[in-house]
Amino acid sequence: MKTKLLLTLLASIVIASCATVATSPKAPSDAEVTAALKASFKETASAKIDRLDQSELQRACSVASETGKDLDPKVREALQAKSLASVKYPADGKYLGDWKRGEAIAQSGRGLQFSDAPGAAAGGNCYACHQVDKAEISHGNIGPTLWNYGKLRGNSEAIVKYTWARVWNSHAFNACANMPRFGDAGILTEAQIKDVMALLLDPESPVNK
Amino acid sequence: MKYKFATFVVAIATLPAASMLGAQQDAQKEIERYRQLLADGNPAELVEMRGEALWKEKRGPKNASLEQCDLGLGAGKLEGAYAQLPRYFADVDRVMDAESRIVHCQIALQGFSKDELSKRPYSLTQGERQTDHEALTAYVVGLSRGAKVALPQAHPKEKESYLRGEKMFFFKGGPYDFACATCHGVDGQRIRLQDLPNFQKADNAQRAFTTWPAYRVSQGAVRTMQWRLYDCFRQQRFPELAFLSPASVDLITYMGVKAQGGTMDSPAIKR
Repeated sequence: MKTKLLLTLLASIVIASCATVATSPKAPSDAEVTAALKASFKETASAKIDRLDQSELQRACSVASETGKDLDPKVREALQAKSLASVKYPADGKYLGDWKRGEAIAQSGRGLQFSDAPGAAAGGNCYACHQVDKAEISHGNIGPTLWNYGKLRGNSEAIVKYTWARVWNSHAFNACANMPRFGDAGILTEAQIKDVMALLLDPESPVNK
Repeated sequence: MKYKFATFVVAIATLPAASMLGAQQDAQKEIERYRQLLADGNPAELVEMRGEALWKEKRGPKNASLEQCDLGLGAGKLEGAYAQLPRYFADVDRVMDAESRIVHCQIALQGFSKDELSKRPYSLTQGERQTDHEALTAYVVGLSRGAKVALPQAHPKEKESYLRGEKMFFFKGGPYDFACATCHGVDGQRIRLQDLPNFQKADNAQRAFTTWPAYRVSQGAVRTMQWRLYDCFRQQRFPELAFLSPASVDLITYMGVKAQGGTMDSPAIKR
């Protein structure tokens, strides 16, 4: 009887101490979070699990937005310089394609989703975030308006090259920019970027009317 | 019901014509009006009814109903249960959201296998019959209409789920460098004409959390919260989110805690 009582007592102490240990939640490490994410997704079409391996820039910008603290200025500069160095300018020196094709690219939100056929041409989905041609009223507001983009800025070599770089890898100018790296990440082809450039800069484009 | 449904069809038919007329402000007003008209006759009611019948029917290898399912408030207590999920369940020693728990009950009480239940949780094409999972979830959430969102956070595993969910919310990845926070972390943002809730604001988080699951008019189907995350990640260019995955549960915990105090109004109806 006495032994039984003692055992019960002992058991309750063990349970109580377990409960005490368990009352403090532990902050998850980045490695734990990445592991939990990797265990949560499956590979479909072009969307492989390695998309969850963060680049140095993705990691730094995730922390900055989670904590609300700006990047360290030196880190920012280094990330932007690296992004600018990634930009490939057109070998033939021609920057502007066909604005009509550019408009179709700006309208299309396809590409790189697990539901898309791998290798199918992607769109730029510009209207998701930007006003572009005013005639399209269904546009988002995450990015600034691009209405009259070329009319306001002209098409000097500096403007043309800047615009190309911005579309190729927007992190070159703002390390944690929301805009995807259309050239650097292989979302759009060089020819497609030329068409989008024409939509923005060609004086004949409706954007510049 | 028939009359309400007719109003709803007229609303769909007039929307594109009306929005072509004016500037964007008018288009947004029209969309708001359209949403109000839709709320009058929500086809989700039919899905809820089928879910109720399924819930009470003896099914599966064990020939049992789900009536003894414990969603956190005790066996068979469904009223208000959804509004307090995700939560920690001692019998499985982990945090579960409503959809995970419903599947758990189908396995434990009815003897179904998890593989079987996970094979096709969401209906795929327009006009296709809703899946059992969608119907059961619609029924369960409907019984929390009017209940205040009150996720328990006292258990360390509940708090840890929230903390992981928070990190996942800000996790940028993939070829587009998107995180949930890219679109859902700033006030007043839109994709095309769709308003995006900012989860850092309680009123935004409440409006979003309390209106899922919802009947999506554009898809002709009731969609669940697990589906909502699945489709967000598709557009985020992440790989395919697995049904009932740990990330799904953690993100739902995160969103639910941000929405504490909101009043459940689901299944809602959306564009």
